[in-house]
Amino acid sequence: MTAVSTTPQFRVTLPRVIRSEWTKLRSLRSTIWSLLAALAFILLFAVLIPSLMVSQWSDRKPEDVLTFDPTSVSLAGAGLGQLAIGVLGVLLISGEYSTGMIRASLAAVPARVPILVAKAIVFATAVIVSTLPALFAAFFIGQSIFASKHADVSLSAPGVLRVIFGSALYLTAVGLLGLALGALLRHTAGAISLLVGLLIVLPPLMLLLPADIRHSFNQYTPGHAADSLVSVHRMAHTLSPWTGFGVFCLYWIVGLVAASILLKRRDA
Amino acid sequence: MIDVKDLTKQYGDKRAVDGLTFTVRPGIVTGFLGPNGAGKSTTMRMILGLDHPTSGSATINGVPYSQLHDPLQQVGALLEARAIHTGRTAHNHLLALSQTCGLPRSRVDDVIEAVGLQEVARKRAGGFSLGMGQRLGIATALLGNPGTLILDEPVNGLDPEGIRWIRDLLRSLAAEGRTIFVSSHLMSEMAQTAEHLIVIGKGKLIADTSVEAFIAGASRGLVRVRTTDAQALKAALAGPDVTVREADGALEVTGLTTDQVGITAAEQRITLLELTPVQASLEEAFMDLTSDAVEFHASANPTAVQGASS
Repeated sequence: MTAVSTTPQFRVTLPRVIRSEWTKLRSLRSTIWSLLAALAFILLFAVLIPSLMVSQWSDRKPEDVLTFDPTSVSLAGAGLGQLAIGVLGVLLISGEYSTGMIRASLAAVPARVPILVAKAIVFATAVIVSTLPALFAAFFIGQSIFASKHADVSLSAPGVLRVIFGSALYLTAVGLLGLALGALLRHTAGAISLLVGLLIVLPPLMLLLPADIRHSFNQYTPGHAADSLVSVHRMAHTLSPWTGFGVFCLYWIVGLVAASILLKRRDA
Repeated sequence: MIDVKDLTKQYGDKRAVDGLTFTVRPGIVTGFLGPNGAGKSTTMRMILGLDHPTSGSATINGVPYSQLHDPLQQVGALLEARAIHTGRTAHNHLLALSQTCGLPRSRVDDVIEAVGLQEVARKRAGGFSLGMGQRLGIATALLGNPGTLILDEPVNGLDPEGIRWIRDLLRSLAAEGRTIFVSSHLMSEMAQTAEHLIVIGKGKLIADTSVEAFIAGASRGLVRVRTTDAQALKAALAGPDVTVREADGALEVTGLTTDQVGITAAEQRITLLELTPVQASLEEAFMDLTSDAVEFHASANPTAVQGASS
């Protein structure tokens, strides 16, 4: 122990908190496993779904032939991968509450909100950087399988790059939505349930609504807002790719802003 | 220097901390004493900006914790409940916290060595024993080499050797001019570590005094005397400021010395079988002081509870 130092040399800054959050992220096994699971889903389904389709090529119905989208079929694994990433987003903050770590974190960063901002920046970067190469790989795997039926598309075909980059952005946004829900609810099981409810359970429930109401509302729900972004062909009653993604982002942005306000106000 | 002014915390209709005002000075170890549930942890959490006071304020060197720009350098804290992610190693836990304010990486190894956790530093904290967790908590508190330390029940779960280590550590840190604020529900522990005491019960301040003064105030004499004729002795000893109480076959006399009791008995030709001076222990003094303020009383006589309800 040296003598008491008084110069405020060790101030808390956002870049420093970002470094700290990066250390936190990489030093938990659950992070590594969740991200690896998401990547495994993406790659596995890129082999599985195109192979199944090719094996039943002659049984295809005329409408399937019309709407066939070799890009989004190759990226089908992202649908399952979004759960792993969303859950990881929840755990990033709810894990601190369940273990008590949050008190150490808040004591180290009394302004509090930088913790949430740094978590969002670090996590978004980690998801983009890890999923984008996997999505490109999945695209090429899928196309190589469809090539046997001469049904493959090239990277330069219209919409293809938008779907690949869009899928990575969508996965990132799902992760941030998980982070926002985890920070709002401060409870792992509750936040995961809500996330799965919004993304997976709500869409089929919407089918119970009368068609005209459903057609106007569905495209704004978290489960459907990004539909056009991740498929080459735009379906009826969906928002345009980037408008839809903007709507989806509103969910996590509003969630994170609300969580920041509550983080400031609530007792830890 | 920690300054607490009219600090109050209300949970629903329960007042956990009720208008506390005190100052914790640098250079000495200040004990924060009170029965379980007295509001010690809540007070410490408010000083650390974790809980928001209902009213009143707490500052560290004149600044509220939430406005500190270099919190780890100003204040080190150990909270009662563990504040460590169980899935992270001790080393990474300390590294992540040290990075929030750009502390040199060497500080992590320094504090790990200071608390003697070198051998388990790369193991996940979830597998730590209570004592190891406590040491990691103290390492966390020392990380920024802070001028103020706030420790909630630091000796919890430590073995006798660990308790002695904490005591020596706190005293040497205080000797360097730091402000040391340590809570405990054990008077005996505080008597050996602290120089100054802040005693609370039911959220209210009961005493703010030096340990010396506390001990002096606590040492009111009590004389235990056994005799063949309790009634006669009782009558002979009676006087203003004297109380005589019968307790398991003996008399307990306050207000008189053993000499006075012995001389009076001889004058009255009453046979004494035992004459013993009894010093109230610190623990008893503390119990006396806080007995009205204990949150949960264990009933010594279970039938009394039944009697009260019938």
